[in-house]
Amino acid sequence: MATRIHVQTTLNGEAVEFLCDSRQSLLEVLRDDLGFTGTKEGCSNGNCGACSLQVDGVLVDSCLVLAAEVDGQAVNTIEGLASPAQLHPLQQKFLEHAALQCGICTPGFIMAAKALLEKNPKPTEHEVRYWLAGNLCRCTGYDKIVRAVLDAAETMEASA
Amino acid sequence: MQTFDYVAAQTVDEAVSLLASKGDQARVLAGGTDLIVQLREGRRQLETVVDVKKIPEANVLSYDAQNGLHLGAAVPCHRIYNDPVISKTYPGLMDAFTLIGGIQIQGRASVGGNLCNSSPAADSTPTLIAHRTMCVIAGPSGQREVAAEQFCTAPGRNVLENGEFLLSLRVPAPPKNFGAHYLRFIPRNEMDIAVVGVGSSLVLGDDNSTVTDARISLGAVAPTPLLAVEAAAALVGKPISDDTIAAAASAAAGIARPIDDMRGTIQQRIHLTGVLTRRTLQGALSRARGES
Amino acid sequence: MAEATAYQVIGTRPVRPDGADKVTGRAIYGADVRMAGMLHGKVLRSPHAHARIKSIDTSKAEALPGVKAVVTHKDLPEAPDKIANLGEGAVNLKFLSNNVLAQEKALYRGHAIAAVAAVNVHVAEEAVNLIEVEYDILPSVLTAPEAMEDGAPILHDGMTTTSLGEKTDRESNVASHYRFTLGDVAEGFKQADLIIEREFDTATVHQGYIEPHNATAMWNEEGHVTIWTSTQGAFVVQKQSSEVLGIPVSQVSVIPAEIGGGFGGKIPVYLEPVAALLSRKTGQAVKLVMSRTEEFESTGPTPGSRLNVKMGATKDGRVVAAEASLAFEAGAFPGSPVGPGGMCIFSPYSFPNMQVDGYDVVVNKPKTTAYRAPGATNAAFASETIMDEFAEQLGIDPLQLRVMNGAKEGDRRVDGPTHPRIGFLETVHAALEHEHYNTPLEGPNRGRGVASGFWFNVGLQSSVVINVNSDGTVSLVEGSTDIGGTRASIAMQAAEVLGIPYESVRPTVAGTDGVGYTDVTGGSRTTFATGYAAYEAANDVVRQMKERLAERWNAETEEGATALTAEDVTYSGGVFGCSKDAGKSVSFQEMAELMPRTGGPISGRATVQPRGVGGAFATHIVDVEVDPDTGKVSILRYTAVQDVGKAIHPSYVEGQIQGGVTQGVGWALNEAYLYREDGNMSNASFLDYRMPTCLDLPMIDTVLVEVPNPGHPFGVRGVGEVPIVPPPAAVANAIYRATGQRMTDLPMSPGYVLDKMQS
Repeated sequence: MATRIHVQTTLNGEAVEFLCDSRQSLLEVLRDDLGFTGTKEGCSNGNCGACSLQVDGVLVDSCLVLAAEVDGQAVNTIEGLASPAQLHPLQQKFLEHAALQCGICTPGFIMAAKALLEKNPKPTEHEVRYWLAGNLCRCTGYDKIVRAVLDAAETMEASA
Repeated sequence: MQTFDYVAAQTVDEAVSLLASKGDQARVLAGGTDLIVQLREGRRQLETVVDVKKIPEANVLSYDAQNGLHLGAAVPCHRIYNDPVISKTYPGLMDAFTLIGGIQIQGRASVGGNLCNSSPAADSTPTLIAHRTMCVIAGPSGQREVAAEQFCTAPGRNVLENGEFLLSLRVPAPPKNFGAHYLRFIPRNEMDIAVVGVGSSLVLGDDNSTVTDARISLGAVAPTPLLAVEAAAALVGKPISDDTIAAAASAAAGIARPIDDMRGTIQQRIHLTGVLTRRTLQGALSRARGES
Repeated sequence: MAEATAYQVIGTRPVRPDGADKVTGRAIYGADVRMAGMLHGKVLRSPHAHARIKSIDTSKAEALPGVKAVVTHKDLPEAPDKIANLGEGAVNLKFLSNNVLAQEKALYRGHAIAAVAAVNVHVAEEAVNLIEVEYDILPSVLTAPEAMEDGAPILHDGMTTTSLGEKTDRESNVASHYRFTLGDVAEGFKQADLIIEREFDTATVHQGYIEPHNATAMWNEEGHVTIWTSTQGAFVVQKQSSEVLGIPVSQVSVIPAEIGGGFGGKIPVYLEPVAALLSRKTGQAVKLVMSRTEEFESTGPTPGSRLNVKMGATKDGRVVAAEASLAFEAGAFPGSPVGPGGMCIFSPYSFPNMQVDGYDVVVNKPKTTAYRAPGATNAAFASETIMDEFAEQLGIDPLQLRVMNGAKEGDRRVDGPTHPRIGFLETVHAALEHEHYNTPLEGPNRGRGVASGFWFNVGLQSSVVINVNSDGTVSLVEGSTDIGGTRASIAMQAAEVLGIPYESVRPTVAGTDGVGYTDVTGGSRTTFATGYAAYEAANDVVRQMKERLAERWNAETEEGATALTAEDVTYSGGVFGCSKDAGKSVSFQEMAELMPRTGGPISGRATVQPRGVGGAFATHIVDVEVDPDTGKVSILRYTAVQDVGKAIHPSYVEGQIQGGVTQGVGWALNEAYLYREDGNMSNASFLDYRMPTCLDLPMIDTVLVEVPNPGHPFGVRGVGEVPIVPPPAAVANAIYRATGQRMTDLPMSPGYVLDKMQS
């Protein structure tokens, strides 16, 4: 049957190579083989968004990507978001607004919000809610998450 | 998940020959948002998964007023609705493409895959049908075309024969005074499977009132998405009015033959078919008149 | 006492100590635990709702390359038929053991039958599919009313009802029946001008935390088991695991990972003993993580229920009698929260005559467990709907009706206790005065509903140690796992007492080997009880410092002067002084530097079991719009008023309320376990178990009413649970005002509402 597949990718800007099984998802390889456990698993069915990350700049659920598919592509995860000296404005605003309680959905929300602000730097509340509807949070009721994203957008716009 | 061979086909011929040699032990992967879930849950077991995303013809995305939209079957939803010309030209398609799953799903899921998964509740299929879409199928004996309403044959089944795969979709350029609209009913506001979905299109005559063409397609009310010919007949040749729309809605509800399941009951689905037919026709009308 | 106090730290909104690690992905949750040579496990689960297990053949699974071990119930010791107290609720150990791995019968779809450890999760999954189980399929029963009928399939051979404390002799699915009585309801109903009686049904719902259950265990060569897991309470996992495995607690260490939500669902053990058994057999660490399907089918949701409630009121709006019969689905084993449901149903009110009968009924569904104010939400749906009917039929404003009947200090609850100082009426008055309530709701198909709720909260046991560092900062070691910002709320209480900045307190959540016994993070107890322990431990630090300073100052003083004692040392604003010598002044930081020269390190410690638990009340206002064509309900506006005692960290208090409201709205509108005829769940995924997305809700306004709890030094009441109690009733009452139809079932999904509107 299937042999191990050699994949060359760029992970948070660094060239990374790995061997994987065809049946391994990108999420599984990141977490179990490469040790990048910041991307979380909530449902493994594309229904909760906890495993959100970007592949070539596109927001995806990494549970629904085969690791073999990212050969030649750039993967960006939550681990690559902050600079050595400081948090990304979204991370900072999530903290200031208490937009996380348990925190398990947080990396996914932040990655999704990052993709939103890249596309739409000044979203309305409705646009934020629409964009983030693929990310489930069970703790916060979303109120503080939406506020954090709107505030981060304002901060980033001001400093841009 | 069972193990399988993953092959990223580079050409149409490579994909066709792989699919032909493996028969029903092979399946095409585009966005994977259905296939990977089916494999993970053990609902499908395969020897070979053929990734078609590297095949140029499956990735085409072009529009011109002569030929309309040419949409590669592997093109993900986000690429389509982020194209300013295409999204402005086909708002009735975008209605569906912007609500399949969430943003993450739309980053991967292809319209071709949505059609090939052949769920009766697929969001894109009714609106493709309402837009008179043709499906371009590649196979061992070359290419053939099938109308979108002919594509699905049963839940999870379609016209694709051994060795064939859906290569692209061709959607005619909208004629003058054309309007289309897709709506689905779901209990939440996102991330849900349609209880009922309806795609409608209208073409108005020069008087901006007489319906010269109409297409109404119903999702999740039969084993396959339906083209509601009887509903369109209630409109064509007549000036559009609340009464003709009501007659079309009632005709659409009349041909719905849904099942009871966890997402809805027969009675609820028949009722919603009428409601959504009315609402999509109103939406299509306002687009045909350039009001929205 | 607390009202007038000006706090330095309490009431501010600092960033949580674990925040940076959680927004960068660095924080280690249970599923992130990785160990050298670690194996991966998978559990085989029953495909049947009710079946006798005739045989289990694991030979093919064991023969699969990469499989290291297979375990079944035979690998567990015989569990005693005895009750163990596990902090928030007691558990029969035989039932607990049989829930971890089924013994003779599979009692629900998803019941664990066997488990495999293998080199990776895919091989483990393949092996699980090779285990051959022969079942004798039995008829199943899924709801309390059906399970209570004569001739219903019996789940537990030989189980009879314990009624009002007495064992009866008829075999039954009703595990127990209790009755609470206050006054004389029959007499009360005689005084009533208006009596309303209704039957309500609520569906089984799940906590829906995003992080699946997980456990990693290492059983070493000396027989010591270490378990890493996401849990609401490490000590409770230790206790349950030791009981199920038949080894002393001293041989089990539990290291709590970060936890991705619990809401009551991460108190029982499911995977921990199984991972331990697999580790014992393989000599390797073994990790188990549930799939989302397993989460729905195999953990502990909160019960569906049948509620019959009858209430009587006089014309002028005084409710004179209230009677309820509550039948809760316990799931496969006894132990539903029907007791708390009965304790809460009428407790916002001072009705003179009340009676509650509760029935704990086993059915072929997963064993239910706690979910945020367990039982109270079901119960309030019924009582708060009838309160709304009284208001409507008697022509009284629904909030004024609550003012007229509201409970105050000194009023008795139906289950016996007398309310201490509570803030129910304050929440109603705040709602009455709120701009939301005073802004007319306009537009067709819209309605405004209100409802109130009560949750009693718990205290239980907590331990805290505070170690002073030489630079004047402290480390705080606690045993309460941090689900929603409690490191912050506990550290803030310590900082307040110590008079040092919040940033100078570094809190750590320790495992069973690192801190004294601490009960679960649950019952809204953590900021109250563990915060109380932090307060006491901080005071212990201050006391020791005062003693040392008295001694030090005595050594400096000329001979003959009266010796100073600790009582003569003052402490305020982070500076120690002397009541007898205004010239003396030592800051906290200076004192910390002095430790090596004044007797060595200083550690403050406290273990508490606080009794002064303050109950929590909430009053909610919601505006809805109902689509008349589809029955779909949209939430337009939501305001939640709550007596929070004292908000230590207001942002996290608001967050608890907003989260509770959202869960309550999900419960109200769409969430439900849906079953097929054969007893199998049909919607065991986040796609079809429809929890609210952020597009389903508006912002949720909160009003924090602060009526300090006299039983806590800062006035803290638990805040986490009560906000889930009012929403289903509030939404139902709003739907009534929009449609003219009373809702009696949960969820009020579009199909149900449409049916009601068309009926």
